[in-house]
Amino acid sequence: MTEDLKLSFKGIWSHRLRSFLTMLGIIVGVAAVIAVVSTISGTNEQIKNNLIGDGTNTVTIQVYQNGWAMDFSYGSVPEGIPEFDESILEEIRKVDHVVNASLIHRRDYVDLYYLNNELSGSMVYGIDANYLETAGYQIISGRGFSENELNGQKKIVLIDETIKESAFDGVDPLGKTLEIQGEPFVVIGIVDKKSEFEPVIKNVQDYYTYMGDTRGAVYIPDHMWPLVFRYDEPKTLIVKATSTDDMAGVGKKSEDILNQYLHVPEGTENAPKYQSNNLAQAASELQQLSSSTNILLIGIASISLLVGGIGVMNIMLVSVTERTREIGIKKALGARKSRIRRQFLMEAVILSGIGGILGVVAGIILAKIISVVAMIPTAINVPSIIIAVVFSMVIGIIFGMVPSIKASNLNPIDALGYE
Amino acid sequence: MPLLELKKVNKSYDNEGFSVPVLFDIDLEVEEGEYLVIMGPSGSGKSTLMNIIGCLDVPSSGEYYLDGEAISGKNENQLADLRNSTIGFVFQTFQLLPKETAQANVALPLLYAGVPKAERMERAKEALEKMGMGDRLDFYPNQLSGGQKQRVAIARAMVNHPKILLADEPTGALDTTSGFQIMELFTELNKEGITIIMITHEPEIADFGNRKILIRDGRIIEGATEETISEHRRLR
Repeated sequence: MTEDLKLSFKGIWSHRLRSFLTMLGIIVGVAAVIAVVSTISGTNEQIKNNLIGDGTNTVTIQVYQNGWAMDFSYGSVPEGIPEFDESILEEIRKVDHVVNASLIHRRDYVDLYYLNNELSGSMVYGIDANYLETAGYQIISGRGFSENELNGQKKIVLIDETIKESAFDGVDPLGKTLEIQGEPFVVIGIVDKKSEFEPVIKNVQDYYTYMGDTRGAVYIPDHMWPLVFRYDEPKTLIVKATSTDDMAGVGKKSEDILNQYLHVPEGTENAPKYQSNNLAQAASELQQLSSSTNILLIGIASISLLVGGIGVMNIMLVSVTERTREIGIKKALGARKSRIRRQFLMEAVILSGIGGILGVVAGIILAKIISVVAMIPTAINVPSIIIAVVFSMVIGIIFGMVPSIKASNLNPIDALGYE
Repeated sequence: MPLLELKKVNKSYDNEGFSVPVLFDIDLEVEEGEYLVIMGPSGSGKSTLMNIIGCLDVPSSGEYYLDGEAISGKNENQLADLRNSTIGFVFQTFQLLPKETAQANVALPLLYAGVPKAERMERAKEALEKMGMGDRLDFYPNQLSGGQKQRVAIARAMVNHPKILLADEPTGALDTTSGFQIMELFTELNKEGITIIMITHEPEIADFGNRKILIRDGRIIEGATEETISEHRRLR
């Protein structure tokens, strides 16, 4: 066996240029597969981590009705939803894979003013002591809310970078007054995402930003919410899971916990319910979109692998013809059919195997180039590498079969006379 | 019992549906230790006879016993094993592998016999030394003269200690001096007990054998005496 292996390597090495050209088809095919798969998995990984996981693996559980998240800017506050407090958070934190939880109020599309600068469509959060930690924010300048301030009556606010950029225009916002719904709030700090990632899309808001919508957020103590907005507005639960994969489970369990406290009157149709955000679904749709275009690319890459395999077969057939006399000599000296077959088959497999390995190297380099040039994240996918190498060896076996059988069936007398 | 026995061996080839007969009712016995020379004009069927004797081909009809064993009915693998263990081939055109050294060429039959590598190399070296080629172990065929190549080929034929040495025009591609040197080697090997069957055109070479037969039109000419042989010479 090792003897045959050595013979095959020798055969390949003694025809270096021809061997390389033979491998080229396989190299290109495998490289294409690896590069495409790396790009797909890189994009998917990014979507998963940044869009679903929001970089922080937080799940938002809010009140839904008719399949839509309820917006309390309009209409009345729904009945039967209790005012949750700290005790429900204790219960949520006992769920497996929950790191932290926070209860907040939230409004989208609120108009803010700083002097005469209007910031339409901003988000306002009424937050508790756990929010910044749970949602993965940190104070980057100024300070956060103290315990007293969270439970007190001071009109103070934290703003994010977007608000700072668009409303204050170079002025230090700390100590300045921001109008929310006509109420003046003093800016005491600026928050930003903890920069654990450097992705293009950091969170859903960034995703919207990407789509041309620029929205900032401000944070006031939740205690102040009724002053600015309304009493009895249902709260939204923010839960941080240990990993992106745990988010769905954590979201479902948290929903169930909240929903068992709802006491919706009998016979109410379309009763509002707590539901976790379906970002996972949105993301999976995005992933499907990217996969479906890429399946096409994988198909093309596979065809080039097939063409590479046919190339291997061609060259092996030429090689059999070229080495007819060698085969005749070996048979005359007592080489069995199986031996000749094995030698040629092994050569084909080694040829395509080496081609596969070189293809993997080329593919990784290609993936790196793509990630740098096209700014698309790539993740080298180990199973795909193994599959590519094994697949190219299988191609070697399949397309090496015909030439090796042809070689082993040569009649030694004819083969010896062949010049 | 003869080492090799052919009984009513016929051989014909298929040529686009037509059966072309090559050998007719060949009866031949060769005893162990004989040095048989087969002569005959081109197209007489002597190469076909050699191929059958060498188990490279099988008779269309008739029986062939080699070393007491019937050859007909053996499959390809059994024939390959038989060639490997019992027969050593020497060809006019040497038939050495051009990309292998002399030693690797000689060691080849031992590979198919399943001999471990170290022993293969050692035995190949001994066989080459015996042929006076001990100083050419690492030479490639294209670095050797014709006579040297044929010595390597003989070493390869002898390395697995066969019973029969089959030589098809072994001096055909050599100059006279080298040819006679090869013949001296053959005589020596024959004295050591190996059975030799050789095809040749050259009468001076044929004289090295101790029995001669003549083949013409696919038949062995009975009682190939000195006269018929010399007639054959004359006809050439």
